[in-house]
Amino acid sequence: MALYSEKVMDHFRNPRNVGVIEDADGVGEVGNAKCGDIMKIYLKIEDGIIADVKFETFGCASAIASSSMATELIKGKPLSEATELTNKAVAEALDGLPAHKLHCSVLAEEAIQAALEDYYAKHPEAGGK
Amino acid sequence: MNIYADNAATTKMSRTAIDAMLPFLEDNFGNPSSLYSVGQRAKEALEQARATVARAIGADAREIIFTSGGSEADNQAILSAAATGEKKGKRHIVSDAIEHHAVLHTLEKLENNGFEVTYLPVHENGIVRVDELEAAIREDTCLVTVMFANNEIGTLQPVREIGAICRRRSVLFHTDAVQAVGHVPIDVGANNIDMLSASAHKFHGPKGVGFLYAKRSVKLSNLIEGGAQERGLRAGTENVAGIAAMAAALDEAVADMDANAKKLTTLRERLIRGLAQIPHSALNGDAEKRLPGNVSFCFEGIEGESLLLLLDDKGICASSGSACTSGSLDPSHVLLAIGRVHDVAHGSLRLTLGEDATEDQIDYITESVKEVVGTLRNFSPVWRDLLAGKTSFIL
Ligand SMILES: Cc1ncc(COP(=O)(O)O)c(C=O)c1O
Ligand SMILES: [Zn+2]
Repeated sequence: MALYSEKVMDHFRNPRNVGVIEDADGVGEVGNAKCGDIMKIYLKIEDGIIADVKFETFGCASAIASSSMATELIKGKPLSEATELTNKAVAEALDGLPAHKLHCSVLAEEAIQAALEDYYAKHPEAGGK
Repeated sequence: MNIYADNAATTKMSRTAIDAMLPFLEDNFGNPSSLYSVGQRAKEALEQARATVARAIGADAREIIFTSGGSEADNQAILSAAATGEKKGKRHIVSDAIEHHAVLHTLEKLENNGFEVTYLPVHENGIVRVDELEAAIREDTCLVTVMFANNEIGTLQPVREIGAICRRRSVLFHTDAVQAVGHVPIDVGANNIDMLSASAHKFHGPKGVGFLYAKRSVKLSNLIEGGAQERGLRAGTENVAGIAAMAAALDEAVADMDANAKKLTTLRERLIRGLAQIPHSALNGDAEKRLPGNVSFCFEGIEGESLLLLLDDKGICASSGSACTSGSLDPSHVLLAIGRVHDVAHGSLRLTLGEDATEDQIDYITESVKEVVGTLRNFSPVWRDLLAGKTSFIL
């Protein structure tokens, strides 16, 4: 199907960083079943760096690929960089998404921001925003 | 393996239909309105096609109007009945919640113009209740429009009973039979059907051609103004090749109907049994009163588009709700109408089998769906919460 780019299909078929981190330092869940996409992001933070990240997604190919790409973009990066992640960057890294599927990459950004907020709430000493 | 299991979306043209079409693209290219012989040959083919189509549904040739497809037929039927009703001050229509958008959007347009529409519920089995339908008919009801068979969940409506009620209450009865024509027996006389819509590409004919049956006593108004084609009820030079192909396809579908239905029902049951083994899944729509080739399921904890794309990787063409529904974010109105909540409705799969399907293909589909549903559930946060007991299973 030519609905999606090769990149999207690759991340959809072989999603990176799928799974759960049992002792995660930050967890974020966004979306709802009503709109059809739910994303959950787990972060492991060490020395201000995203040491590990995993995701679980219920949703369309665009949602799954966006989650996968978003985790790739922040893994190993400092917190300050992860906080800057935008849905635009996720969509661009996927070689674009169909217009009516852009909201799914927004969810990826939101899930990561939610996980970071959860981390900062639990670790006020880390600073946060 | 390559399996086309989306025959409710469209079908492959039959060899018979293609062969019937070609002469009118080649030597017999004339305009049926012309007097010379190449035009008259086209005219003859048109009238033969009309007779064939009429015979297939127990109608008279004079009661068939050729259209550009099912949507146009639905529009014309409903708007005609509304125009007639309006003249008598009757501005109420009875329909149901699971109609195709060709019907629903036409009704919406009428509602914006002062009509009132009662949408009957279809309950869990996807079928309207005739007592509720009868109770909904009022003094000012000018039309009952209820589909013969649903395009998503395949349920067959009690058309004979509805026809009898409409006859008794002197209300026009239109049925969108796009999914039924050529697949299940239809007799417009015995069923008291006043108007019926059909579309060639659902029974191995070409796309962009269909017909509207309207009983002789029904007054039609035309959607398209122009020449005097179709007795002045549908202007435009006729799609002769398409119409000839439609008639040939329908003739063949009717001749093979019993054998096809029997074969497809057996395969359908095999597929339903197979898919029902997937935990927390459910068949959509009545188990018996459904089209021979329709299998519609919901799987909890997953989303339909991902399911379709992974099945496409395995060579299986399927659908999740109607083709017209994709692109919108809301799950199918049909699944919501049978009581599937949003979470569950998103995880729907429709497999509509073709007459050439085999048992091996059915088993391959079953195994593929099992595998793909498992893969997607494995990283679904919804599924995790269900398994952990944080939320409760619905199916
Ligand atoms: C029940 C029903 N009605 C109407 C239509 C529209 O028919 P067409 O595509 O020929 O306009 C369809 C096709 O999807 C259908 O399934
Ligand atoms: Zn999505």
